[in-house]
Amino acid sequence: MAKLHIDALNKSYGETKVLVDVDLAIEDGEFLVLVGPSGCGKSTLLRMIAGLDAPTSGDIYIAERKVNALAPAERRIAMVFQSYALYPHMDVLKNMTFGLKFTGVPAAERERRVAEAARMLRLEPLLKRYPRDLSGGQRQRVAIGRAIVREPDVFLFDEPLSNLDAALRVSTRVEIARLHRLLKATMVYVTHDQIEAMTLADRIVVMNQGRIEQVGKPLDLYYEPANLFVAGFIGSPAMNFFTGRVERIEGGEALVTGPCIGSVAVPAATFSPGDDLTLGVRPEHLGQGAGAFSTSGMVELVERLGEASFAHVRRADDRLMVAEIRGRDTPAPGESVTLSAPAQDIHVFDARGRRLAATPVNSA
Amino acid sequence: MLKQRAETLGVHVILIAYSLIAIGPILLVVMNSFKARKAIFGAPLAPPNADTFSLVGYAKVFHASHVVTYFGNSLIVTLASMVLVLLLGAMAAWALTEYRFRGSTALALFLSIGIMVPIRLGSVAILKMMRAAGLNDTLTALILVYIAQGLPLAIFILSEFIQQIPKDLRDAARCDGVPETRIFFEVIAPLLRPAIATVAVFTIVPIWNDLWFPLILTSSDSTHTITLGVQQFLGQYITDWNAVLAALSMAILPVVAIYVIFSRQLISGLTAGAVK
Repeated sequence: MAKLHIDALNKSYGETKVLVDVDLAIEDGEFLVLVGPSGCGKSTLLRMIAGLDAPTSGDIYIAERKVNALAPAERRIAMVFQSYALYPHMDVLKNMTFGLKFTGVPAAERERRVAEAARMLRLEPLLKRYPRDLSGGQRQRVAIGRAIVREPDVFLFDEPLSNLDAALRVSTRVEIARLHRLLKATMVYVTHDQIEAMTLADRIVVMNQGRIEQVGKPLDLYYEPANLFVAGFIGSPAMNFFTGRVERIEGGEALVTGPCIGSVAVPAATFSPGDDLTLGVRPEHLGQGAGAFSTSGMVELVERLGEASFAHVRRADDRLMVAEIRGRDTPAPGESVTLSAPAQDIHVFDARGRRLAATPVNSA
Repeated sequence: MLKQRAETLGVHVILIAYSLIAIGPILLVVMNSFKARKAIFGAPLAPPNADTFSLVGYAKVFHASHVVTYFGNSLIVTLASMVLVLLLGAMAAWALTEYRFRGSTALALFLSIGIMVPIRLGSVAILKMMRAAGLNDTLTALILVYIAQGLPLAIFILSEFIQQIPKDLRDAARCDGVPETRIFFEVIAPLLRPAIATVAVFTIVPIWNDLWFPLILTSSDSTHTITLGVQQFLGQYITDWNAVLAALSMAILPVVAIYVIFSRQLISGLTAGAVK
């Protein structure tokens, strides 16, 4: 259990910059999720925290202790890998205790820790089995158990659920959340799955192309994305974007028009007539009928999930937008629809993709 | 369907023909080693029967020469070379694939040259070197030469296998606090078992069968190997075929035994369960 502090961390392979000036402070006991598309540098960041890769520049502090020059084991971290990385020639018990022998944990203490971890993860009946005789979910539980017995300051998870099938992913996710509550340990968790990020995290770090785009609580990221990237990345299906231009400003409101949208008034922020904007509306905020914000198109496909249906609608600029429609009354493919959203659900981004501050915030 | 069957048949015909060609001479040697001299020449292709059966060759081999010593020498040289080739080869392969250090590429290249250049080209230099080191007519000299002979291919094959071991395993071991040497011996080496068995077979067979280096590096009966020892039955004018065939038949046995032992280790899927 410890704070983790990352200061101006850079990593480049030759000319390729993998991480650019990453600063991050992780609180004691916090569950921090690093999320981003593949190649965004999130795994590299995790591996550098673990000590498996060396940073090009910058410092890492664990529990107020600079760990740059320390080997992984000396950093008091434990890592859970996507591939589980169990030792195939050792049974479950040996897998969990193997590392402890080298770190000077006495035999009695080893037994106590394994017994506790096994109880926590319901591994008792599996202790004598070999990894090849375990299912994917069981293997991942063993891998987590191996991390727990180390009693580390920081747990590092590298996409631990990616190899599991959908049902197991949900149950293992719940398991990890439960463990975090139980252990009250600092955890850093890497995933490309924004649902995992939203459900598990105390705070989420959204990364893109080696940079941190935004750090915040899951719902803050959802309702107040700092920029277009975060807005598009968090939320599924993704937010719909519409280009627009400020026509005129009057009475604290800006009138915006665009190729696919009817003119809409948004609160005036730091922009002036003629500015290009991007308006973002989440699928669940788009409804049929009239509203402050309106757009139209032809339904191309309807995905029925039960609690809601997603209508994929072809717009005037030939791009697709998605509207979430509740209930049984879904439009049919080929039908023309008018969709609208209330003013407070419109996200406004400037030409450079940054969120405009005066946009109303609907914090649920 | 029919075409498939014809193809399978064709493949089998070729494989069976190859097996016969490969096994034929060995069978001939073993068969004739159990026959009297007259029968060997009279009907070389016939299996031994009640009339022609004779153990005279084996009797001669055991009485007339130091066959037991030769066998012992061959075993010592082969096993010692094998153990050292495997140990040094696996360690070198691990170092060359796992660690980047100054000159590692050059070193890997240098070692791979050994696969391309036959070691016998250096026979004269080796002989001089062994003499200078005071090692001529010792088993140590043979072992050293065979290590040099076997190492390049061993490193090459083991490097390929090591690259197939998931990198996460070694990372996990490092996070677990396992020291580097223990990672090699307790995590990597056990996973290399199938590869090590392969390399062992590749290493042993040419060493056991080698005639050249025992011929130039050993001179006394106490250091001869079995392949060299057999030669004493081959004379310029008279060859004791009974003894030669008996000795050769016996010389085949250990190689076959070792092959059987190691081929059991050649089980695939040993890493199953390590990573998905």
